Amino acid sequence: MRRLARIRLLPVYLCGFIFFLYFPILLLPLFSFNSGATVAFPLRGFTLNWYAQLLQNATMIDAAMNSLTVGLAVSLVTTTLAISASRAITRYRFPGKRPATGLIMAPLFLPEIIVAVAMLLILLQIGIQLSLGTVVLGQIIFCLPYAMSVLIAGFEGFDRSLEEASLDLGETSFGTFRRVTLPVVAPAILSSFLLCFTVSFDEFLLAFFLSGTRTTLPVYIWGQLRFASKLPEVMALGSLMMLLSITLLTIAEIARRRAEKRVTAQGGPHA
Amino acid sequence: MKRTTRSWRDREDLRGLALISPTVLYALALLLVPVAMVILYSFWKQSFMTIDHTFRLSNYEAAFTQPIYRALFLRSLWISLTVSLVTVVMAYPVAWYISFHGGRNKNLWLFVITVPFLTSYLLRVMAWKVVLGHNGVVNSALMWLGLIHQPIEALLYTANSVVITLVHSWVAFAILPIFVSMEKIDRSLVEAGRDLGDSAFRSFRRIVLPLSLPGVISAFVIVMIPTIGDYVTPTLVGGRDGMMIANIIQTNFGQAQNWPMGAALSVSAMVLVSLAAGIMVLLLRLLVNGVRR
Repeated sequence: MRRLARIRLLPVYLCGFIFFLYFPILLLPLFSFNSGATVAFPLRGFTLNWYAQLLQNATMIDAAMNSLTVGLAVSLVTTTLAISASRAITRYRFPGKRPATGLIMAPLFLPEIIVAVAMLLILLQIGIQLSLGTVVLGQIIFCLPYAMSVLIAGFEGFDRSLEEASLDLGETSFGTFRRVTLPVVAPAILSSFLLCFTVSFDEFLLAFFLSGTRTTLPVYIWGQLRFASKLPEVMALGSLMMLLSITLLTIAEIARRRAEKRVTAQGGPHA
Repeated sequence: MKRTTRSWRDREDLRGLALISPTVLYALALLLVPVAMVILYSFWKQSFMTIDHTFRLSNYEAAFTQPIYRALFLRSLWISLTVSLVTVVMAYPVAWYISFHGGRNKNLWLFVITVPFLTSYLLRVMAWKVVLGHNGVVNSALMWLGLIHQPIEALLYTANSVVITLVHSWVAFAILPIFVSMEKIDRSLVEAGRDLGDSAFRSFRRIVLPLSLPGVISAFVIVMIPTIGDYVTPTLVGGRDGMMIANIIQTNFGQAQNWPMGAALSVSAMVLVSLAAGIMVLLLRLLVNGVRR
């Protein structure tokens, strides 16, 4: 009897937990459709005005284009760097593997402000002008741990005998990588790309410190938060950004799962 | 024969190093060197527009003796400690449920829980402003229920609002390491314990809890260390009473133009939080060893 009670209590807690996690987020779309000029209860009525205003906002569209450019550059470079690094970690033995991995994963375990000021310091010290380019440089460091965790999982469990067979049959090592390894880990690569894009697209602090005069979307939002009258429009923008993030993350997750299945399906007799 | 094996081994080494080196060089140039630079700066001194490059400890002296810095350090430590404790306690049952009762939907659960973590941090903090604000959700609900007649002002712009918001930001992240360590637990140990007459609670206390401790510890550390340097949350929902050390670090690198001081504050924050996290990890180990008996 007691055991039954305990097992029933946990789902209740879990529902509460999910509610705590999602409830604040759901307020953004709620207020983006609210016709009241202030973001407060009670709700007034339904409107699409805030979205209409948003689409005519040239500064916002400029920031969105910047975010898009930065996001694409960051995810491209990060994924490329992470492919070779995670391949090295999962496939080869070499001295200094642990400290190297530690260094690449370090941004996960550092306060972001310290990463941001350190980069600001070095860039200004060398005399590099702050721009969207410096944001890309910084965000690559920030995204690498995410890309690495997805790709290491993708490369792990990959059956090495497939590669050996290809090499034995006379394929070059680059040809083997391109024609055997890459197709198997392709979903993991796609997943890493999308994850990096989402993280970069939503990243605020590094962009805030390193962007100079050009703004990305989060930096633009930060500037608008001072004006109470702008808040509903920001809610509309926020809802759109959330929608994009969730869509991309869902695609990334589907890709990751497909990668997992593929790896297990080709994992030989042991899988 | 021996020679061929060795040369193969050597090539293996070189290949691995060659593959990882671009990423490592990048991280060296844009992470390790910059952080080393911050440490270097912390021993220098700003004098008007120039930097005095002689080695000195005066910035650290200021960081630990000036009341404003000391107050901010203490509050930041306290907030990050509270946030990581609350986070781990909230995350543990969720990780346990997913690991032991998730069945075929484990991945789906993990996905549902991590999605908010990966969406815009800035927007989530902003959402809490709406929840806790003057006409916010909590106040409106309490007034509607007739429990209060005037909005509670103390909900927002306090250290508590910072803690709530930070817990919301990090709790999903804390679930992952705990979940991973639970997945590694050999289920037959639990079954054997139960077959030999352990109660559910006893088997949890003596098997699951100690074996999931590494996950709990890493969850604790990966929440505590980043939260001490949080800038967005204290700025948006902290008000004057919820200011944290990152705010003053930002000021020193921004308007105040005192980089060496900002650097010394950054380094001190890192060292302090690492020490505090280390002590907490030791305490946690002792506690679990005590419970296990």
